[in-house]
Amino acid sequence: MSRRTRGIVFGAGALGLAALLLWGFGGLPSFGDFQGRYGELLAKSAVPERHATETVAVTTFDYRGFDTLGEEFILFAAAVGVLVLLRIQRGADEIPAEAGKRRPTAHSPALRSVAIAFAGPALVLGLYVVAHGHLTPGGGFQGGVILMTAFLLVYLAGAHLREGGIRPIVAMEVAEATGAAGFTLIGVGGMLLAGAFLENFIGLGTVGSLLSGGDIPLLNVTVGVEVMGALLVVLGELLDQRMLTRGGDS
Amino acid sequence: MSFLPYAVAAWLLLVGLYGVVTSRHLVHLIVCVTVVQASTYVLLLAIGYRSGAAAPIFADIPRSTPVVDPIVATMTLTDVVVEATVAALLLALAVQAHRRFGTLDPDELGAMRG
Repeated sequence: MSRRTRGIVFGAGALGLAALLLWGFGGLPSFGDFQGRYGELLAKSAVPERHATETVAVTTFDYRGFDTLGEEFILFAAAVGVLVLLRIQRGADEIPAEAGKRRPTAHSPALRSVAIAFAGPALVLGLYVVAHGHLTPGGGFQGGVILMTAFLLVYLAGAHLREGGIRPIVAMEVAEATGAAGFTLIGVGGMLLAGAFLENFIGLGTVGSLLSGGDIPLLNVTVGVEVMGALLVVLGELLDQRMLTRGGDS
Repeated sequence: MSFLPYAVAAWLLLVGLYGVVTSRHLVHLIVCVTVVQASTYVLLLAIGYRSGAAAPIFADIPRSTPVVDPIVATMTLTDVVVEATVAALLLALAVQAHRRFGTLDPDELGAMRG
């Protein structure tokens, strides 16, 4: 199909879709006038029931905790998928650059010093966001991404991901698996100690304190570790591809 | 004005689709897919909004304050995670396509299959 025909076909379809969307959105409650009762109920019951002030976190890890488990495994499966896709290829024509020939990632001293300067604060911020997920906006998903950034900054500063005795990418695979397993084990703990999967079995604590909300902070930590591990595995593999291609091209 | 956020969601969806259809590079195409997905965040959050309501976080507001819907916020979180995984898998596939066929132009890739 030529680009022109494709444009015409798309234009006709897009016009139809736009008309349908306008029609559908016309039936929605006008913006700012949402009348759904379920969210209101959750917002009312979250603090008394879970002693956690972040209703979104309570919804994510308690009211629909089982869905979040599924969500975690989506992430896990995707990271494994990326590993499989990229590693099969590596087995076929592996051309890793010699360790000695590997150039540091960053040649610019400015980039190196800024990246190193931000790595520490990013790590602390990530830990803070994970730890306070049940009190203020944030949590395992958001904090895990910030933690990943801290490690990515170290990479940018020039330390190669695969240098040294322990390959960090293996450590990250372990972190990813530990996070996923931790979430499941906390759920099983609820089944054994409280009678239902993911049911809270830890003291609720005082509203607003760091150690409150029962198992929600623990779940946040497992999700944080998992998200960080999964994203680093994906990024590490993609960056490794760059190294391999470069080794092959030169 | 009250339907503007929905219009933004519809616009993001359509403009993202336009990008997908006219793309000449797989990485560009993947970015367009993420734009399409961004429209769902706008739509979800717009639906749950209540005028004058606070965020559903009771750390420093009285418990009786009206708040926006926390369920759609949770849904959006799931949505973001799914988008990240989809983008990661697509990028890995693009790397594979480039290694196998030596091109990232969707049209040329289609020509090779036939």
